[in-house]
Amino acid sequence: MSACSVEVDRNLCKGCGICVSVCPKNALELSPNIGPSGYRYPMLKGECIGCKTCTLYCPDFAITIVCNEGGGQG
Amino acid sequence: MRCLRKHFSRKYLREEVLPTPFCPGCFNGVVMNAMFKAFEELGVERLKGYVFVSGIGCSSWIPSPHIKADTIHTLHGRAVAVATGVKLAKPNLNVIVIGGDGDLAAIGFNHLVHAARRNMDLLVILVNNLVYGMTRGQASPTTPEGMRTVTTPYGAYEPVMDVAELIARTNANYVARWCVVNFNQLKNSIKEALSKYSRGFRFIEVIAPCITYVVRYEGKTPGQKIKELMKVCRPNTETPYGRIGILKAEDKPGYLDRYFEYVKRATEGDKGE
Repeated sequence: MSACSVEVDRNLCKGCGICVSVCPKNALELSPNIGPSGYRYPMLKGECIGCKTCTLYCPDFAITIVCNEGGGQG
Repeated sequence: MRCLRKHFSRKYLREEVLPTPFCPGCFNGVVMNAMFKAFEELGVERLKGYVFVSGIGCSSWIPSPHIKADTIHTLHGRAVAVATGVKLAKPNLNVIVIGGDGDLAAIGFNHLVHAARRNMDLLVILVNNLVYGMTRGQASPTTPEGMRTVTTPYGAYEPVMDVAELIARTNANYVARWCVVNFNQLKNSIKEALSKYSRGFRFIEVIAPCITYVVRYEGKTPGQKIKELMKVCRPNTETPYGRIGILKAEDKPGYLDRYFEYVKRATEGDKGE
């Protein structure tokens, strides 16, 4: 089961898809729905291992990983 | 119960100007992330004592409305000159110049080279997007030979200017070049330039191809380009963008050290007479 979840600030996300391509587990995909700014935001489809590569490469500061295990931080 | 956690960069950003004005997928945001991660790891919580100076261009928009610090948005190409003035007037401030290749390498190259010659105590981050992005993607001095742009549809024919190598040949203390995909190396370089090599001229070139006028013009998505760059940009190898890695790391006295020593010599000389 996935210990980490992905939170996306849909007002900031521009749907560039960088997070989807840098994810080492291919755990992200662009959602079929459109966010409030008119772009398709990413959502989790597989298991997130909490490496936070997507947060480093997100150019719009929108994606955050929240791990519910101890010590998890945004 | 579920409150929206914030991205780690957002504590350094002015929330009211978000979202950024950059194109979707613009690598400027990745450069900002690398810089903020470096600040976070250095233990800088508030950017007090840092001044960000930028000129004109897409990457000059990185500091000016976004970073929660003192910022100066100056004339086109004159960012290094203004930063020199700031550093000389307030030597205890950390002055960081962020600019693009059109700003620092084309119109402002004279200022850049002379600041490097003086070993002026500045950190300059050159975000090289390979074209003049803000004016719709014309070929710039740093466009690699053979690359198609809107003004060179059959491939750029001018020889390329290797800015980092040129600066490494001058009196600068620290010169490095990384791609955006070398995130950790770039972050460590910025960290080193702010801590270990905290004096003299530090120059970091970041290869961040313009997402609209390079990547989209090649028919790729930002995700595809980032994967391609991850294959091309291996540290300490020759790439189409020049040699990736730390090109120079010294700890010579900077301009201010020399200047204050000169002032001391001059005042002591007066007393002697």
